[in-house]
Amino acid sequence: MAYSEKLLDYFQNPRCVGEIADADAVAQVSNPVCGDVMKLWVKVNDGHIQDARFKAQGCSAAIATSSYATEMLIGMNVADARLITKEQIADALGGLPASKIHCSVLASDAIKQVLKGF
Amino acid sequence: MRPEVVAAMMLVFTEHFGNASSIHWFGQHAKSLIDDARQHVAKLINAETAEIVFVSGGTEADNLAIRGIAESQKTKGRHIITSQIEHHAVLHTCKDLEKQGYEVTWLPVSRDGLVDAEDVRRAIRNDTILITIMHANNEVGTVQAITEIGKIASDADVYFHSDGVQATGKIPVDVKALGVDLYSISAHKIHGPKGVGALFVKKGTTLKPTMTGGGHERNRRSGTENVAGIVGFGEAARLAREGLINEMPHVRALRDRLESGLKSQIEFIHVNGENAPRLPNTTNLMVDYAEGEGLVISLDLKGVAVSTGSACSSGSLEPSHVLTAIGKTPDEAHGSLRLSLSSMTTEEDIDYVVGVLPGIIERLRELSPYYKKV
Repeated sequence: MAYSEKLLDYFQNPRCVGEIADADAVAQVSNPVCGDVMKLWVKVNDGHIQDARFKAQGCSAAIATSSYATEMLIGMNVADARLITKEQIADALGGLPASKIHCSVLASDAIKQVLKGF
Repeated sequence: MRPEVVAAMMLVFTEHFGNASSIHWFGQHAKSLIDDARQHVAKLINAETAEIVFVSGGTEADNLAIRGIAESQKTKGRHIITSQIEHHAVLHTCKDLEKQGYEVTWLPVSRDGLVDAEDVRRAIRNDTILITIMHANNEVGTVQAITEIGKIASDADVYFHSDGVQATGKIPVDVKALGVDLYSISAHKIHGPKGVGALFVKKGTTLKPTMTGGGHERNRRSGTENVAGIVGFGEAARLAREGLINEMPHVRALRDRLESGLKSQIEFIHVNGENAPRLPNTTNLMVDYAEGEGLVISLDLKGVAVSTGSACSSGSLEPSHVLTAIGKTPDEAHGSLRLSLSSMTTEEDIDYVVGVLPGIIERLRELSPYYKKV
């Protein structure tokens, strides 16, 4: 599979890895078929996402898209963040085959779930 | 490919380009080159030259064996016995025959990937026409008890085919001692060219050809011979036979060095099929808390080409059927990694992998939400 340089960079040097001890919300989503998993921590203040961190176990696309989406979240308002789609994340990293978008981009689901209470 | 193989093929392309079916001298010269190649291939597996049928590769050899017997024996019965860990060339051919009204028994394997010969015996029925069990598995490398199964097949008077694509050139193969009626081999697995292989067909075996035409290969497989490919295959077979003695013990030692090096440096790592007889050149590892495709990409970026049975790397997004059959959950198969060595692998190559892989695994584990929680 030919990944873009940008995607490989996010896989090799993922941004926003870690946990937030005093997070306002945490969500974990996984793909039961392949086993990929992403966990997402957020700090939310006044309708804005102040900070976000993630951990993931999965293929290079899963790790890169999780990292990119987490980085994207920081500074966004909650309403806009909820609108982030799998395709948008995949496109920003140079694209993925359709089947791979479905299985490896866990981030949009994680974002919707972590922002449920806000 | 080995340089000697390339050289032998180049001569065919540039000088001996006759059609082996023609009676003019350069046609006849091409034919004599094919005869030489057939001898080398036959010798590699202790067959008679007349029992070697050249085909386009392992997949065609498997198809010819299975479909050829299924078709020629259909008045006797329509039951076939195989295992759950066969190569796709056997698996999908048997599935196709199921759709055509044949009945297939899919034997399970142990956690080390071994078929129980007793299961084969018990599965034989009055209408069983073929047993097809691979010699060595392409993912885990376990070597089946072919001699024992061959005896059972022969006692029951049932044709026995074995896919020997992975085993040939890695371990000694003697089709007479194994008791097989049909045996598939592929040139590119022994450093020969792609697009050529052979099916051993024991003298007296009734096989309906899948490819009909000009009656080449003693009516077993029609089509103008791929002379350059066959010559390359012959040269590769000659060298592979030498390599069994000169090279494979070294390859096995390197593989063992790789496994012990990795196991001593990495925790939560297991070798699949560790307790079964295995090919000397492969290792299939199970790495917990990391995913195989990510490992493959990371190693690729460091110049090491390996493969995985993880769902994330397959087009179907399903984990390897072999790992599933040896009892691995999708989660476990997720972290599988297969490394293959050859006679061209060096000690430096092994030490390089043992040097870089622990760091790659550690990095991916640091990203995992599961790691260190257990």
